[in-house]
This record gives sequence, structure tokens and C-alpha cells, in this order.
Amino acid sequence: MKRSDLTRIPVVKALLVNRWPQFILRIVALAGFVVAILAGLLGTPVGSRNLSIVFVWIAWWALLILAAVPLFGRGWCTVCPIPMAGEWLQNGALLGPRKRETGDQRSETSSNLQSLVSSLRLRPWPKRFRNIWLQNGGFLLLALFSAVVLTQPMVTAVILAAFLFLAVGAALIFERRAFCRYLCPVGGFIGLYSQVAPLEVRVRDTAVCAAHTDKTCYTGNENGYGCPWGVFPGGLIKNTYCGACLECLRTCPHDNIAIQIRPVGADLTVARGRKLDEAFKAFIMLGSAVVYSAVMLGPWGWLKTTAYSVGSLAWLGYALAFLLLILGALPGLFYLATWAGTAQRGNRRALRQRFTANAYALVPLGLMAWIAFSLSFVFANISYLWPVMSDPFGWGWDLFGTAALNWTPYLSRVVPALQTLVLVGGLAWAAGTARKIAAEKRGGTAVPVIIYCFFITVGLLWLLIG
Amino acid sequence: MKQQRLWLLFIVAIFGVAFAPLPLGTAVPTSRTVRLEASSFEFSPAVVAVNPGDQVTIELAATDVMHGLYLDGYDLEITAEPGQTAVLTFTADKTGTFRFRCSVTCGALHPFMIGKLKVGPNLLLWRSVALSLLAVLFFISREPLFVNREPLSVVRKPNAEYEIRNTEHGIRNTEHP
Repeated sequence: MKRSDLTRIPVVKALLVNRWPQFILRIVALAGFVVAILAGLLGTPVGSRNLSIVFVWIAWWALLILAAVPLFGRGWCTVCPIPMAGEWLQNGALLGPRKRETGDQRSETSSNLQSLVSSLRLRPWPKRFRNIWLQNGGFLLLALFSAVVLTQPMVTAVILAAFLFLAVGAALIFERRAFCRYLCPVGGFIGLYSQVAPLEVRVRDTAVCAAHTDKTCYTGNENGYGCPWGVFPGGLIKNTYCGACLECLRTCPHDNIAIQIRPVGADLTVARGRKLDEAFKAFIMLGSAVVYSAVMLGPWGWLKTTAYSVGSLAWLGYALAFLLLILGALPGLFYLATWAGTAQRGNRRALRQRFTANAYALVPLGLMAWIAFSLSFVFANISYLWPVMSDPFGWGWDLFGTAALNWTPYLSRVVPALQTLVLVGGLAWAAGTARKIAAEKRGGTAVPVIIYCFFITVGLLWLLIG
Repeated sequence: MKQQRLWLLFIVAIFGVAFAPLPLGTAVPTSRTVRLEASSFEFSPAVVAVNPGDQVTIELAATDVMHGLYLDGYDLEITAEPGQTAVLTFTADKTGTFRFRCSVTCGALHPFMIGKLKVGPNLLLWRSVALSLLAVLFFISREPLFVNREPLSVVRKPNAEYEIRNTEHGIRNTEHP
């Protein structure tokens, strides 16, 4: 399939270059974010009657995992409100970049805020943390407490607020969007799964970038900021760390940036740039989908209570089992599968490289596992949204006349069949990807990795429709 | 031609696995009464198995706070006040495994208070597993089953060049004069 450049369509390009559409969407998202925090802090503690829980963990999550990530990759990051405040402080402007001022003008127009901004000595993010291990750890931490996070409005509000403060703090200390790139637990898995999306930001001709000495896509100019994600678009080979913020589209003076429709999963078979931290992200996400399916959608009440009893001895056992499964058993068995399928068993370095490469076959499997889990969870619970929209705090309001609508699960007859299609499709996709990855080196076989994916899929089928 | 036949075979197999009628067992339909105790945040028993065609009566007893029961697939619902029992009777005329969930907000983990009703064999699960197996077989059939671990060999070419194959550091076609 050939790539199709959307920015060749003048209307599309004009909409993407113009700051207002993105800004309006981000402001709406910011308003929703702030209301969710307020509802969590001030509203009813009953999760299914509080906007913070229903809006964030059902509506937003459904939008993210069922549409935004599979179709647009980093599409959510394009409109995410969390880094906005930090960016405003960092840039000293709300919308476009500040006009470059002469010395006289500066002395006349400088506000306190601008002088504060100018006084910031932003540092580059520490080299040893330029990876996604912190994001992996952050996600694991959240996942360990998920039974509480997903059900307690106050806890959700505190976490959302913490994201906001962390993003502002990071923006005041470090260059660019350090929070998004290195800390955001959500951004970490969005980046991993954005590799399967049928949309990408790439340069049209790398020779143009090479000849362009100013590199305004990275340094910024009067039309836009230098890449907030610290990425040089000329070197982009994967979606993982491109935040789809559209700044490079605005700053490139040579019209060399393209937003393209491409074959799904195109990044997974790009051999360059595969890393162990991303491989482990694949295990963390896949393992979390398995655990969530068992804890939240399974019939075992004791397991739910254990996951909820944070701090108890039983919960410590649950946390230990959770970590052992995700950081021990899943990667360990996968290592064995890699070992069995490689021709270079004696070479530990080569084996590790194959392990990392093969783990990218788990990306479509993991994404489909999350979609299958979410189909059940979201359609069963999305009807909580209607009353909560009328009464976001659970205070007895009825803003839109929907406060009295009863809970009704949707599509309960269809969801198991959809989950089957998604999971079996994910397995086929993973197996196909494993074959392509195995074919990069001669002498190996993808069979053990495919069998590994088969057993994970059967486990998920049993948990979700068994 | 061989590839086309293989594709055709797999497509026929997929349709066969997905839609072929399967026996549902020969159990004679009977009347069953199941007492389900609902407490935060579980049903006991959490898994109920009946035969297709059974007349099922569920007695839902809420032991702590008010609970409800919504049966997926059948779209039936009852609620029970604390200390009281509500009764739901229906014919188990749909086969498969169906979730039942609490339909009355009963606490923090309420959305996850779930049980299962098994009516006969879970054909969807078995068909799904078979489809997964088919998918795996399809890809495995196009893949070498075993790794090629020929020992390091140096082949002398007629023009006195050497070709190294199957080294421990990957398989290369490097030619040395």
C-alpha cells in the first residue's frame, strides 16, 4: 500500500497549520480535565455517580483505546491538556510563539511573567533517563493500585492533579515536554501502540532536511516552536516519540513535512531503533490486560477484594504476583521462545537483540487484548455517563434531564463475538509480525513466538468469553 | 497455484470452524432452582451451570446492601433488598456463557461485581480457540519449523573466494578475497 499524504489536501493542511482548531480542542479537554478533578475532590464518593470516574475511566478510556490509539496513534497527545500550563509558562505565550522583540521593545513590554520565563534556565533531560523506564515504572505503579484508582473519585482526582503539577514542574526545570516524553505513564503506552496506527508524521525528502542548516523544526521560528518532544523530524522512522503536536508542520519553511496514511503496523517491522525499555512496555501492557481481565471482569470476588485492599498482606501478595507475572514469567517464557527460535543461541548479545526485536510482535497482540477488555468494560458501563453528564458531582442536579436514566449495558449479546474477532485478529496480526521480524535474520524461526502468542490469546479468550 | 489452494483451504476451514453446527449435548431439560447470595462484591456461587432448555429459577438474596442481577444475553434483571430474596424464572434457551452483573450501585467495586451463567457447552469459546489454532497453523505452515543451525563452514569457491555461512554471530554472506 502506498502512502497517501493528507497535507497535499489544502483544506486539511490549512486546518492542521492553523493553531485555533487544535487550541480549541485542547481548551475543551482542559475544561473537562479540571471539572473531572473538581468532581473527584468535591463530588460524591460513589464512583459510578461521579464524573471523574465515569468520564475519565469509561468515556475517555473508550475514546482512547477503541478509537484514538488504533486510528490516530498519538492523536490524543495532539489535544492532551496536561502539558498546556507548563508550555504556556515555558513559552511565555498562550497560542503562537512570542514575537521576537528588539531590546527597547523588550524593556517596554516585559511583564513579570515574561521576565520569569526568561529567567528560567531550562536543562536538558538527564541522559540516563532518556528512555521509557520511568514511564514503565509509573504505569506499573498505577496498575498495582488500579482497583482503587478506577473506583475512588478522590484518588482519580489526586492522580490527575499530580499529572498536571508534574507536567508544570517538569516544564519549569527541563527543556521541552519532558513530562510527556519521559514521565507520562499514559504517553508511554500510547507511544508503543502508535506504531500500529495508519497515520504518521514524516518528512517528504530527508535530503531537504539535511541541507536545511537552520533546522527550524527542531529550533523553532516565528511560525512555531521547536519540536516539543525533542525529536528531529528528518530522523523519524517510527511514531513512538512523535507527539503529533504539528509544530514541525508549522515551522518547516520547505513544506517538507507530511502527515500520511500508511499501512497499519508499519513501524513494527522497522528494524532500527528497537529498545529493551519498549520491549518491556509491551510485556507490561500485555500482562496488565491479562490481570485486569481476571480481576475486573472475572467472577472471583476474593480477587477483586484483594486488589482493592491496598496495604493489606493479601494485597502485598497480589502486588508481588502481579509484578512476578509481568516482569518475570511473561518475559522469561518469551526469552525461552526467542532462544528456541534463534540460530544464535550461544551469543547472549544477539539473543538479547532477538528478544527485543521479537517483543514488537506483542504490540498488536497487546493492543487487541486491551481493545477486547475495553469492549466488555466500556459497553457494560458507558450508560453511567448519561446521568453523570446531568449531575457531574452527584449533588442531585439535572442539567440536561438525563440524571434519572437507569444503567443499561449495551450490546451485551454482540460483545463476546466482537471480542473473539478482535483477539483472534490480534493473534493473526502478531503471528504475521513475528514472521516478518524472524525473517530479518536468516536461520531462525518465528514458530516458538507464535506459539507463545497463541497461549496468551487462549488465556485471554478464556478470561473474557469463557 | 499451490498458494491459492492453501488460501482456499484455510478460508473453508475458517468458515467451517466458525459456523458448522455442533451437538449441544443430550441432557433432558429440567427445572432448576439456584440460590445466589449477593454480597459486596461477589455472587455466590459465582459460576452457575445449567443445561440448554432448563427452566431456571434464580433466588437472589442480598446479604449486606441492596444488590441487583442483570443477565447479559438474556437481558433480564431483578433486584433484591438487603435480607430479602428476589426470584427470577426463565428458560435457558440460549447456549453459551453469559455474564451476570450487579445492577444496583452497591459500593466501590460495584461495576466489577460479576458472575457467569453457563448454558451447555461454550461453543463460542471452543470455536474461538479453534480459529486461533487455525491462524497459528496458517502462519506456522509458512515458517521453518526448526532453526537452521548448520555448523560454521567455509566453502571454497572456484575463483578462490571464500564464503562464510552460519557463523555464531549471524548468518552472513561476506566474501573474502
